[in-house]
Amino acid sequence: MKPPPFDYRAPRTLEEALEDLAEGGKVLAGGQSLIPLLNMRLAAPERLIDINGVASLDALEVTAAGVRAGALARHAAVERSAEAAAVQPLLRQALRHVAHPVIRNRGTVVGSLAHADPAAELPAVLALLDGHVEAASASGRRTVAAADFFTGPLESALRPEELATAAFFPALPPRTGTAFAELARRHGDYALVGAAALVTLDDDLRVRAARAAYLGVADTPVVLDLTGPAVQGQEGRPPGAVDWSAAAAHAVARVNPGGDIHAGADYRRHLVGVLTGRALAEAARNAPPGGT
Amino acid sequence: MFGEPIPRREDPRLLTGQGRYLDDLGRGALAAAFVRSPHAHARIEGIDVDAALDVDGLVAIYTHEDLPPGVGDPLPLLIPHPALTHGRTARPLARDVVRHVGEPVAMVVARDRYLAEDAAERIRVDYEVLPAVVGIENAAAAERLVHEDVPGNVGAHLVQEVGDAPAAVAAAPHRLEFRLDIERSASMPLEGRGVYARWDPDEGSLRVYSSTQTSTGVRMALAARLGLPKTKVEVIAPDVGGGFGVKVVHPWPEEVLVPWAARLLGREVKWTEDRREHFVGAAHERGQVQRVRVGFDDAGRILGLDVTILHDHGAYTPYGIIVPIVTSTQLPGPYKPGAYRVEFTSLYTNTVIVTPYRGAGRPQGVFCMERTMDKIAAHLGLDRAEVRAANFIRPEEFPYDQGLTFQDGRPLIYDSGDYPRMLEMIKELIGWDGFAEEREAARREGRRIGIGLGCYVEGTGVGPYEGGHVEIDSTGRVHVATGLTSQGQGHQTVFAQIAAAELGVPIEDVTVATGDTRRFGYAVGTFASRAAVMSGNAIALACRRVRDKALRIAGEALEADPRDLEITDGVVHVRGDPTAAIPLRTVAVLANPLRYAFDEEARRATQFAVGGSPDEPPVPAGEEPGLEGRDYYSPVRSTFASGMHAAVVETDPETAEIRILRYAVVHDCGRMINPRIVEGQIHGGVAQGVGGALYERMVYDESGQLLNASFMDFLMPYATEVPRIRTGHLETPSPLNPLGIKGAGEAGVIPVSAVIASAVEDAEGIRIDAMPLSPDGLFRLRRRAAVDPALRVERLPA
Ligand SMILES: Cc1cc2nc3c(=O)[nH]c(=O)nc-3n(C[C@H](O)[C@H](O)[C@H](O)COP(=O)(O)OP(=O)(O)OC[C@H]3O[C@@H](n4cnc5c(N)ncnc54)[C@H](O)[C@@H]3O)c2cc1C
Repeated sequence: MKPPPFDYRAPRTLEEALEDLAEGGKVLAGGQSLIPLLNMRLAAPERLIDINGVASLDALEVTAAGVRAGALARHAAVERSAEAAAVQPLLRQALRHVAHPVIRNRGTVVGSLAHADPAAELPAVLALLDGHVEAASASGRRTVAAADFFTGPLESALRPEELATAAFFPALPPRTGTAFAELARRHGDYALVGAAALVTLDDDLRVRAARAAYLGVADTPVVLDLTGPAVQGQEGRPPGAVDWSAAAAHAVARVNPGGDIHAGADYRRHLVGVLTGRALAEAARNAPPGGT
Repeated sequence: MFGEPIPRREDPRLLTGQGRYLDDLGRGALAAAFVRSPHAHARIEGIDVDAALDVDGLVAIYTHEDLPPGVGDPLPLLIPHPALTHGRTARPLARDVVRHVGEPVAMVVARDRYLAEDAAERIRVDYEVLPAVVGIENAAAAERLVHEDVPGNVGAHLVQEVGDAPAAVAAAPHRLEFRLDIERSASMPLEGRGVYARWDPDEGSLRVYSSTQTSTGVRMALAARLGLPKTKVEVIAPDVGGGFGVKVVHPWPEEVLVPWAARLLGREVKWTEDRREHFVGAAHERGQVQRVRVGFDDAGRILGLDVTILHDHGAYTPYGIIVPIVTSTQLPGPYKPGAYRVEFTSLYTNTVIVTPYRGAGRPQGVFCMERTMDKIAAHLGLDRAEVRAANFIRPEEFPYDQGLTFQDGRPLIYDSGDYPRMLEMIKELIGWDGFAEEREAARREGRRIGIGLGCYVEGTGVGPYEGGHVEIDSTGRVHVATGLTSQGQGHQTVFAQIAAAELGVPIEDVTVATGDTRRFGYAVGTFASRAAVMSGNAIALACRRVRDKALRIAGEALEADPRDLEITDGVVHVRGDPTAAIPLRTVAVLANPLRYAFDEEARRATQFAVGGSPDEPPVPAGEEPGLEGRDYYSPVRSTFASGMHAAVVETDPETAEIRILRYAVVHDCGRMINPRIVEGQIHGGVAQGVGGALYERMVYDESGQLLNASFMDFLMPYATEVPRIRTGHLETPSPLNPLGIKGAGEAGVIPVSAVIASAVEDAEGIRIDAMPLSPDGLFRLRRRAAVDPALRVERLPA
């Protein structure tokens, strides 16, 4: 378990990094996914461009509009940021489920998106929030919307010569709550199935919108609008008392997970229902009644 | 001292990263890497190394053809047994056929491991892929063979019988018949295997460091294979990061090849196993299918027990059939099974070899017996604890002969124990009585909880022997050496406790050496919960020799009768007269008559200083110079430890997750040398047991590929998955050895699958007949049980 030979570059500026990348190679960020792939000789890039020395890429900018995590913002830094949690609580809720603390100290939010693992938490978060990724190459910059970013298992819309410089997670809309629920075999493992939920209430505590995004059920995150069945689930009930089972059933009918050695397809589909109910209920509880 | 829970003396070193494990040694050594078979069963058509030759830093590539006789021959069958009629072992490098994914085919030596792997990757091996035999039942069906000359894939077949079990079952008022399945797991030490060899061309001698559980075993095997006199081979086990059984197998292919190459090349060579290699190139265990027929009376007393076991031993049998023998003979546990018949068939498959892993066949046997107890209880509507109590061997019945032959070829006679008392203790610890209300209360909240119980007896301290050497030097320091190895058990602590107590010296003055053939040449190894029993007693006996000698010499110096002397804090003195005293360091000086005074203290022992009779030789007949002693402990047979575990689990009605809420252990390993270390052993064992019960399995596909050969997909429990463990101790001393101790190393792991199965069954009301159990597994069981009443279990009274 030693990597095959590769060239190693350690650029100090973004420009240098983009020039290196134009010559071909792979970006090395936190290395928590890439290094194991190299050691198992499942990846053999001719060149590694280690961006850890590029100043400014670690910025974590929090504004009223949302949270912008630079390419070197570590999972742990985003998880611990009270400002980020205030503007978009789903980030912290989801990051708690990403691996273990030591891996979160090193792994990056943007790296996780670029890696595009179908069982990873952050792609589902970005997809649910309609965020985007900022990409740069020697020939220019562009912004890729979440809906276009994830193209397959471990595949993103990034071009080989592009560096993802930041990811943007929009702020929570008013009267909205979020929640994250997942089931993993052990603490910190990649999830068998996970669900991120977003519920917006109106002044009367009635569900106005309910959406969920799923990981572990398809090659890329699956986002479902569950407003219809959620609204249906509160008919004839007092405010705040929603029967989420219709939404759960709706979700179950719309996913088609595969099976692997850790869990079969039937079980994963079943979990989609359970986690949908749990995440939506918690998101609704988390929605601030009157204010934001 | 003896019996005190002192902290482990090795911990400051190990916990602060000062340990010296195999890969910390031999910085400048050449590195070896191996080309391993990617197929489960294939004929090697040709090996083309050309593309590898221009890798910069390559030193050598070896295939079977390069190996001289002796080195290239099939590896030894370590434990022959008459029932193992078709034992087969692998060659260090495959000659024509490979029989499991991971079998070594070529060895590469290069300047470093990176380059060695680069070269290994470029070696092309042509294979004709042959059909693979995977899975116990496919092996038994024998439509394909693993070894052409082994009909039916049967390596061994053994029946042991006490009484006429089929007849007893047939005549019993109640009968049950069922099948149980246990999947594969593995020792999985955090440090893999590893070998580092240095050849000294001037001395013609070989020094080998190996991450092994038996340095003396490796030494004998290497001397034999490489044609070296034993005196020219030194084998040292440095700090070893866990063994759990896998490292007692020897010599591994790599363990032969690395020293051989070091001698051939005249260079230091090292190989450190990586995790992927460990999954496919080392050993696994567990893996059985059991068919049980049991007959019992109205009280749940077993009248006849008839068990048929299919055991998967993988592609080769270098360690013989110890695992199924242990399963068969330890299956009865603390019970009197009435008439007992056990038959096992040990089968070849195209998978990694199966050799003992902590518990060594007992977890399977205990799973069988304890599932049987629960099923009897359910059938009769009795309390599960009561059914067990009805079958216990009574305290007054020891020594109790089970009528079987144990793994050491000796009769299976339990020496001591108190099972009824232990049952009371475990019920108390877990809250057995009153649990029915607790379960009902939980149910009213929509929660499912269940309680489970499991009992076992463990034969520990198998022979043939271990030895100890103890020397007190002229500074008063005590040097203890024993030949067996340490893998982190705490030998530096417990052996020092024994020596300090026996000699009457402060423990700070005692150092302990293990696993180094330079220090002690005769030993067996550390496995089978034997180190404390075997070396502990040998060291105690050696200490007693040294003590006797010290008292004799001190008696002369003090002009006192040795019988009136005692040793406290390293000083020999006349009982009741602290002024008539001589420190042990001075006794050590006097014990070695000298011609030369190399320091002040030594003057006392020179020829003009010591008096003595001019007609006696300075070293009297029958004596040896030096204050040292050596002795061996060789037991007639094993001593039997026992224990009972209980757990309360909660299952999620929606997700089918299984959570352990409480876990309790009562354990009897005779007199405890150090209760803290005993608890540590239990905790580690329970952690591995939780792995076996809920997480670990080896997922082979039908072509013999191991699909989860990494820590990403082979799920060992993290600390977060292991429950808090409440422990109670019971001490029934063993009458078989001077210290009255029994082994404690494997205990913790043994009943865990049985206990968790029992508790989940109680929570769910669904039969649990296969382990491990995942949430998905439970989810599928629920679906099946919903339509199949035969899978449902009547709710048991506690
Ligand atoms: C034991 C373990 C458990 C884990 N469990 C989880 C889990 O539960 N959930 C989870 O989501 N993740 C998990 N991970 C993965 C972890 O979160 C990784 O850190 C993350 O997926 C990748 O981030 P990184 O910064 O380490 O990226 P790297 O490993 O450095 O890179 C990963 C890939 O992304 C590319 N890349 C990285 N950054 C950029 C960039 N800025 N621009 C372009 N390409 C880029 C690299 O070229 C590479 O192909 C686990 C990892 C380990 C080791």
